Amino acid sequence: MLKQTEGSRAVAEAVALCRPEVICAYPISPQTHIVEALGEVVKSGALAPCEFINVESEFAAMSVAIGASAAGARSYTATASQGLLFMAEALFNASGLGLPIVMTVANRAIGAPINIWNDHNDSMSQRDCGWIQLFAETNQEALDLHIQAFRLAEELSLPVMVCMDGFILTHAYERVDIPSQAQVDAYLPPFEPRQVLDPREPVSIGAMVGPEAFTEVRYLAHAKQMQALELIPGWAAEFRRAFGRDAGGLVHPYALEDAETVIVALGSVLGTVKDTVDEMRDRGAKIGVLGITCFRPWPLAAVRAALAAAQRVVVLEKSLAVGLGGIVSTNVRTSYTGRPDAVHTVIAGLGGRAITKASLARVFGEAIEGGLEPLTFLDLDRAIVDRQLARERETRRSGPIAEAILRDIGVVAARIG
Amino acid sequence: MFQVRIHGRGGQGVVTAAELLSIAAFREGRHAQAFPSFGSERTGAPVVAFCRIAEKEIRLREPIMQPDALIIQDPTLLHQVDVFSGLAPEGYILINTTRSLEALGVGEFVKDFHAERICTVPATEIALKHVGRPLPNAALLGGFAALSNRISVESVVAAIHEKFSGKVAKANAAAAAEACEYVLKEMHAQAN
Repeated sequence: MLKQTEGSRAVAEAVALCRPEVICAYPISPQTHIVEALGEVVKSGALAPCEFINVESEFAAMSVAIGASAAGARSYTATASQGLLFMAEALFNASGLGLPIVMTVANRAIGAPINIWNDHNDSMSQRDCGWIQLFAETNQEALDLHIQAFRLAEELSLPVMVCMDGFILTHAYERVDIPSQAQVDAYLPPFEPRQVLDPREPVSIGAMVGPEAFTEVRYLAHAKQMQALELIPGWAAEFRRAFGRDAGGLVHPYALEDAETVIVALGSVLGTVKDTVDEMRDRGAKIGVLGITCFRPWPLAAVRAALAAAQRVVVLEKSLAVGLGGIVSTNVRTSYTGRPDAVHTVIAGLGGRAITKASLARVFGEAIEGGLEPLTFLDLDRAIVDRQLARERETRRSGPIAEAILRDIGVVAARIG
Repeated sequence: MFQVRIHGRGGQGVVTAAELLSIAAFREGRHAQAFPSFGSERTGAPVVAFCRIAEKEIRLREPIMQPDALIIQDPTLLHQVDVFSGLAPEGYILINTTRSLEALGVGEFVKDFHAERICTVPATEIALKHVGRPLPNAALLGGFAALSNRISVESVVAAIHEKFSGKVAKANAAAAAEACEYVLKEMHAQAN
């Protein structure tokens, strides 16, 4: 059914259609309307048998999800930002134990400085924790990816993180098509766990493994993710047949046929990127876009094939590996067989900075003309940076950076951009 | 694509106004995207929300920097925030106030815009009358329907009933309808 609703509410409806049995969440910032809406549905009895567990922290949320999943319950939680970091240890346990938990990450920046806005550093910081990571471009895709995520997680016995841009998607009202319960039931079979804590057939889960087999257990974790690369396109195709629209898969190519310049990005910024690229194509630029939907496992072959004819690649990413540069671009480089210096990193949208068509057109144009640096911070205000650097040169006790910069720029009221 | 930017203060239902407008456009079969300018919500702080309306899927996610229309829920913002930033000369302006544009100190400024696309409406007073609380958002949307002719007041009322229920929905719908009438009369008076 088509409706105009908020991203968080749409995802909550999709998760409810997946018939979760345990939903646990820490209901304080950073949290989204997703679990709030699910809490209402559980309370109404419409989701029975489903238990909503309010926990005391994100660490507890993931720990409860681990316990519930190990007991054979379809388990779901959601978090963002510092909340995800607080879960970090439990995230590795969930994947290491092979428990098919599904979690939404409403992507937000990580402090300090404190910042509640959108970027991808939260889920990127957990890219190697053994979870599958899928990134949604629109609210429609976010809700569709959740339905696919439960299927994927349970068939592979691996946890799946569905990443959607905090605020930009979670708080946006747009048109979504909510599938029927019958459609979701037909696509998503009941959960049949590979392992279950059952008093009638007792097992223990979570053995200590020494050097004699640790490598083998970890190899299997890697092999399973590699297996996911083989299976994800098929499940996306099945989804298309069942629901009549594209969602998920490994990558989304756009206007790549004759593209000499390819922009690689993930998440909601792809919409603005495509609009920019369309306008540049109208002016004759041979430019295309590669959207990464599945970031973990890394779709090496699919990205390599998509970039095979590209003369230059611009990776636009909302994450920063401090001391290196890009995170997504480091992954893209493993898939690009052209000149290593043809891959450019553009860091954009950190802490919620708006990514505009005008700024994108400027850097894409620079890339085409050969003038783009290997690493660029989009719309970086150099004067602010230089002023702080001067202060640090002049005064030993230059004080806290964030406070000094806010004083410099005189933040008094909300800015439109 | 038609882009609307709504300025107000935390607690005035600015974000809800953008959402309602998007629902109204959706009900008319169009694509719409509403989103807030994301900030720490504080009562009284300047808040901005956006709504795009188009005939095809909206992919763009940047804030609206060149709006086709402005709805200003709190006239005290006029001298605090650059609310007119990026507005095209043929843009629409609707301001919630009981005062004239001259009394607000923007009379000279708005001369650059089309007079028939600028209107004021006492939306807070209309809201107090119907809703009993100073929440001017629904009334302003009714007024906006009349001013811009881009959305019907019936769709605005239907959106209000979709998002709210019972007495709250009825009261806000009545406020929207009265504000719509008010703006129509103002425009008629101005045209003559």
